[in-house]
Amino acid sequence: MYSVIAAETAIFVIFVVAYLFYVGKSASGPTPAVLHAPIFFSVCLLSSSWTIHRAVTALKRAEVGSFARWWLATILLGGLFLAGTGLEWRHLIVDEGLTIRTNLFGTTYYSLVGLHAFHVTAGLIALATVSLFALFGHVKPEHAARVDVVSLYWHFVDVVWVVVFSVVYVVGR
Amino acid sequence: MSTTDSVAWPETRIGPRPLVERLHGWVTTVDHKRLGILYVFYGFTFLLIGGVEAAVMRIQLIRPHNDFVSPQIFNQMFTMHGTTMIFFVVMPIVFGLANYLVPLMIGARDMAFPRLNAFSFWLTAFSGMFLYYSFVGGYGLYGLGTAPDVGWFAYAPLTAKTFSPGHSTDFWTLSLLVSGFGSIGTAVNIIATVLSMRCPGMTLGKMPLLVWLNLVMAGLVILAIGPLTAAQLMLLVDRYLGGHFFDTQAGGSAVMWMHFFWVFGHPEVYVLVLPAFGVASEVIPVFSRKAIFGYPIMVAATIAIGFISVSVWAHHMFTVGMSAGGNLFFVLSTMAIAVPTGIKIFNWLATMWGGKIHFKAPMLFCVAFLFQFLIAGLTGVMLGSAPFDWHLGNSYFVIAHFHYVIVGAILFAVFAGIYYWFPKVTGKMYGERLAKLHFWLFFIGFHLTFDFMHVPGLLGMPRRIYTYEPGRGWDAWNFVVTVGVFFQAAGILAFAVNLVRSYLRGRPAGSDPWDAWTLEWSTASPPPEYNYASIPVVKSRRPLWDLKHPEDPDWKYE
Repeated sequence: MYSVIAAETAIFVIFVVAYLFYVGKSASGPTPAVLHAPIFFSVCLLSSSWTIHRAVTALKRAEVGSFARWWLATILLGGLFLAGTGLEWRHLIVDEGLTIRTNLFGTTYYSLVGLHAFHVTAGLIALATVSLFALFGHVKPEHAARVDVVSLYWHFVDVVWVVVFSVVYVVGR
Repeated sequence: MSTTDSVAWPETRIGPRPLVERLHGWVTTVDHKRLGILYVFYGFTFLLIGGVEAAVMRIQLIRPHNDFVSPQIFNQMFTMHGTTMIFFVVMPIVFGLANYLVPLMIGARDMAFPRLNAFSFWLTAFSGMFLYYSFVGGYGLYGLGTAPDVGWFAYAPLTAKTFSPGHSTDFWTLSLLVSGFGSIGTAVNIIATVLSMRCPGMTLGKMPLLVWLNLVMAGLVILAIGPLTAAQLMLLVDRYLGGHFFDTQAGGSAVMWMHFFWVFGHPEVYVLVLPAFGVASEVIPVFSRKAIFGYPIMVAATIAIGFISVSVWAHHMFTVGMSAGGNLFFVLSTMAIAVPTGIKIFNWLATMWGGKIHFKAPMLFCVAFLFQFLIAGLTGVMLGSAPFDWHLGNSYFVIAHFHYVIVGAILFAVFAGIYYWFPKVTGKMYGERLAKLHFWLFFIGFHLTFDFMHVPGLLGMPRRIYTYEPGRGWDAWNFVVTVGVFFQAAGILAFAVNLVRSYLRGRPAGSDPWDAWTLEWSTASPPPEYNYASIPVVKSRRPLWDLKHPEDPDWKYE
């Protein structure tokens, strides 16, 4: 999993470099000034790191019920974040008229944030799969190591959001 | 047919199973040895295809104003030749060797993730076939197939929808995207296998060098394929969603594509060459009857190459124009990488020095590899100095240089490896005389083609031209270069005949025909599905030497 994360990091690095390189190079159209930092949804995503950590710790202590609760909380928080991204995009597309083909800013913004949102979606699918197993009673304490791998991926997605957030909403503006 | 007689011998079904069942076994296999064979077989199949494409180009260039193929076909040929040879020949072959050998050499029963392994192979296999489907389906519904023709590094803005209509470029980018996922899967697998599946006693410092080199290779794949994947995704956004990453009209940058591509492209060279070093590091000691010289330095040099190789990419872009500081940095880092590679060459020479050298086919290929890799490295240092590169960038001198690396070094080492491990894989000995014929034909062909290719480059012949004017002093050189291709083709023919004939009618090789020292030679040939009946325990870098010479084992000295 660490190797996968290293490979994923390389992909994100290239997208971040492209975003930073192209900041302010748009020939026309909206600029990063139209962005509003999604503070609430970011807090949701970042706190889901804590809930998934609690879930894995609970599973290691053989508290399966507590594991399931924390795990579902993680899915909920991740889902909230994704909904937040959706709302933000809706605002940008409908109110600001910014799409991926509008200008260079649109292209880089949607692909960087979209790449991250894609990873959140993939993570949610993985989390949902585990919770389906849990629903049928197939997640037992001896599977803690495997669940830990999923949580590792989820932490990675969160850390990437810290970088993307700083680049897009702090440095890029 | 004795299959109906199986009732008579219910528990001994020795006869071959039906063909369909055997094929099904190969398609659904998760055994690292079978997948390794599939990878190598797949790579050699594409070698034939890529070789035909090269031959088409060389026939077109045999004399000025030749009209063997049209310029359009010529563009498709050099694009497909480059893409095929890098992604669907050399990468599958080195992954195949790694797949087959790494678990055997570290005393494991399989890779860490056998199903991921099969998945990665089939991704690679699918992407290669997908690329070639473009010959019939490049224009999709228009009914006119066409292969990609944008060059193997597909510089922007040539790849934009405006300049590259139809779907040929989409075939190129999607195929590399998919094969990239396959490569990352294999690299993850190799790293996990090496780090967690070694047999008792095999510390990192006692691993065979081939395993070390493949470990560093896998690390480079992890670092290098990501940028390629990202760049292909951006290209897809540009082509399908109307994005502007590489659209210079909207403020995008074509130079960004070059950077992204070569951040992948240069480490990629080392991804391909490190496993070749690994083969040389196994073959040369065994055929010199000496332990490898300077094992720790070899490992250190490998890791140094791995690190430096990710910081040299822009030496492909001197002619694009960079700041003086940029030029200086990339000149110096390119020069710096010659140091660890030089260390390796000296260590191989020192291994041979004073040894009792057996010139069997694998060793012949390795000796040629040493000389040719040295020359490739020297022209590399020449091109790595920016002022020199301003004159020769994009000329046939560059083509000659990197073919010296990829054919002269990597392919020769691959041939050495195939001959060396052929007895292990099949249990049969290859034909030595035919192998030597293969060596000499290919060696002569290689030098005719690529030695003389340097000269028209120095005389100013640019790459990727489909024809040229007579009387520029290029004619005779191009003729010789093309003649060399036929020698190489004859060599490949001898190679293919040898492998098929030896597989069908070779004499049994036994488990250890070379009196070698690494673990894979301690099990049967071909190895059983579980590799080792009991997991071996090792005490030194040459476990079989210890077994054969209990009175003077290696571990007393290491």
